[in-house]
Amino acid sequence: MTSRETAEVLVRTRGIVKEFSSVRVLDSISVEIRKGEILGIIGENGAGKSTFIKILSGIHEPTAGTIEFDGHAVELKDAAAAKRIGVSLIPQEFNLVATLKVYENIFLGAELRGRSGLLDRKAMIERTRELMRELDADADPLASIGSLSVAQKQMVEIAKAIKAECRLLIMDEPTTVLTGREIDILFGLMRRLKEKGVTIVYISHKLKEVKTICDRVMVLRDGAFICLEEASALGTDEMARRMVGRELSQIFPQKKAAEGEVALAVEGLAVEGLLHDVSFSLRAGEILGFAGLIGAGRTELAESIMGVRRISGGKIWVEGRERRIRKPGDAVVAGIAYLSEDRQGAGILTAFSMYANVTLVSLASYARPLIAHARELEKTRFYVDRFEIKAPSIDARLENLSGGNQQKVSLAKSLDTQPRVLIVDEPTRGVDVKAKSDIYAFIRALADSGIAVMFISSELEEIIGMCGRVIVMREGRAVGELSGDRINEEEIMYYATGIKGGSAR
Amino acid sequence: MKRALPFGLRSENLLSLGALVVLFVLSAIASPYFLQVQNLLNILKQVSYSGIIGLGMAFVIIGGGIDLSVGSMTAFIGAIAILVVNALGGGASAIAAAWGAALAIGILAGFFNGILITKGRVAPFIVTLGTMAMFRSLTLYIGNAGQFVSQSDLYGNMGMSSVLGIPTVVWVFFVLAFLLSGLLNRTRYGRYTCAVGSNEKVARYSAISVDWIRLFTYVLTGAMVAVTGVMLSSRLNSMNSSNGAVNFEMDAIAAVVIGGTPMTGGRGTIWGVVIGAIILGMINNMLNMLSVSAYLQGTVKGLVIIAAVFIQRGSAKAARA
Repeated sequence: MTSRETAEVLVRTRGIVKEFSSVRVLDSISVEIRKGEILGIIGENGAGKSTFIKILSGIHEPTAGTIEFDGHAVELKDAAAAKRIGVSLIPQEFNLVATLKVYENIFLGAELRGRSGLLDRKAMIERTRELMRELDADADPLASIGSLSVAQKQMVEIAKAIKAECRLLIMDEPTTVLTGREIDILFGLMRRLKEKGVTIVYISHKLKEVKTICDRVMVLRDGAFICLEEASALGTDEMARRMVGRELSQIFPQKKAAEGEVALAVEGLAVEGLLHDVSFSLRAGEILGFAGLIGAGRTELAESIMGVRRISGGKIWVEGRERRIRKPGDAVVAGIAYLSEDRQGAGILTAFSMYANVTLVSLASYARPLIAHARELEKTRFYVDRFEIKAPSIDARLENLSGGNQQKVSLAKSLDTQPRVLIVDEPTRGVDVKAKSDIYAFIRALADSGIAVMFISSELEEIIGMCGRVIVMREGRAVGELSGDRINEEEIMYYATGIKGGSAR
Repeated sequence: MKRALPFGLRSENLLSLGALVVLFVLSAIASPYFLQVQNLLNILKQVSYSGIIGLGMAFVIIGGGIDLSVGSMTAFIGAIAILVVNALGGGASAIAAAWGAALAIGILAGFFNGILITKGRVAPFIVTLGTMAMFRSLTLYIGNAGQFVSQSDLYGNMGMSSVLGIPTVVWVFFVLAFLLSGLLNRTRYGRYTCAVGSNEKVARYSAISVDWIRLFTYVLTGAMVAVTGVMLSSRLNSMNSSNGAVNFEMDAIAAVVIGGTPMTGGRGTIWGVVIGAIILGMINNMLNMLSVSAYLQGTVKGLVIIAAVFIQRGSAKAARA
């Protein structure tokens, strides 16, 4: 949080404008990035953050405006040109080849060669080892990428970025996939890089983290520059307000007690090596939280209730009736719906239109046997209105929608089967503040209409804000159940990390 | 953006349809014989055989697969059909039995391909490369590397027949295209096939029986192969075991791709297959009329396929930007 009046400027942009097919997504951005600072960029989805950093890293060319790097005007024709002057981007989706080894990935496209012209494996492995030591990371240079954890993969991305001279490191939402401890490690690393004089641009939706790690914060809204201030001078509430451009009334809806019948009961559920003897019950109208560290088995629990994973033991009752669920179709028939944590990988078809996604699971009720297209459209319009989905048109492909709107479509798709039990898994991942509070309100309204909700999340804040009861999982077991005042960060973490609830296994 | 187009055509057909029109005009200019009714009917007839297979192939490709075995399978089924016709005396009932046998074999063969691909988890390319070799070898073995010749005039007449002046096989091609276009665009099965080809995991999580959907694309193709096998062997009233229906897999895949269905699957068009097949036929026809060496025609066909994919990729990018 140093305020350096005389700080040197590394990057200066003047009037950067970007238009895609004459739609202006960035409007005259002029900003100075100081040497050795960590600059946070925040804004809702569609605010222009990604476009801005893509211009800085040469992926997009600006429609108008100039960029000065270290006092010289530069034209970044492509990513290679940006790389040459020392700009590296770590994208949100990792750019690693799963079948290659760590060192092969790090030197991909920039392999070291010996005198003979053949690859100098030894030097590359040695250099990788040095980089890993520098980063305080434990990935083996000879391990294949596929075998690494998400956090390790990120370290490899960072190593790849800083192996050559790196003066500006751009990180696009690096913490979405990390656990709390891994985030601490990442922040430690960012501080060390900063000490070495690397300038970092950091994009995130998590305002607390931005406040913690950044020296200054820039806010974008609808492609326009809103402000650039010292992080110490800006509270998270104030950040959120400036991002949205209006007062955010209470982000979480009012909690309500659930007094319905038991809608879902699970007893002794087990999946070989992943889940052990998980039992719980869930009432109609209740929002039951599932907290825990990444890898605690929450998604596996959801997937086995949904019939995606084969269970090795246990019973499932839906509204008092025992159901044998062997495939997702059985779960749908039983009245269970699942909103996957992996939106683009398992939730929606980005190449499909909005209506084809909405009716994908419930298509049987539209087909007799020809699909009643008019009814499909009508139903989709209903969801567009209800969830305030913003899309160019009703048959627009989902890839043209923002993350928040995609998630709303995904929610509509889950609901169109008229489920009695809705499992939401990380429902607000990669979604902006406004869409977040929308989604919270919708889930609350669904519960109020009598649907039982399993609410899986790694963001403690939303577990605490949404759930009347919370089950904490660790290493494939349900290790604690909290309700009322006991639903707080400390208590949840005690169970999640094994301080309370007995040692696992 | 939604445009209502007649005959079940969709906006993605416009590109290939445009190419068809341009080609038509060029051919008409290049040769005075092109526009003769008999020539046009000949083109349609020629493209219908592999075109019918292309209709099934489109489903396979949309579902994320490929079927290389269709050419050999056509020869095999055509040969068996002739054996059945001859064995049963060549009358109408013999022909009906040949149809039955052909469809049964086609469906079984498709099932065999499909089950290995879905339950056996072997790549479609490998499975159908294997069955392609198997069907050709079986045909050669049964026919002793020679010709299967039908002894039934009735069978041959069926192959040469016309309805309202248009060859029967052309009618069959168009009727099947109409039906399968409905299957693709208006039924759950069609939507699910696109979903499976677009993202298998999403389809599975959406309670779609991915394996069955995919398996059926091969069964459907097998049935289309059976139709072509019978129509082709009855037209020639014979089937050559070594070069009968050779390269049909290439023509069928080419028709699908030129028609605008991407090889990556996930979406596609049935009328595009019809258009693609006709484009290929017209190119052949034009090359013949300009007396280009038959040996060079494959080169032109190859270039057209590559160009088609190239142009489609460009237009898809433009549509997305």
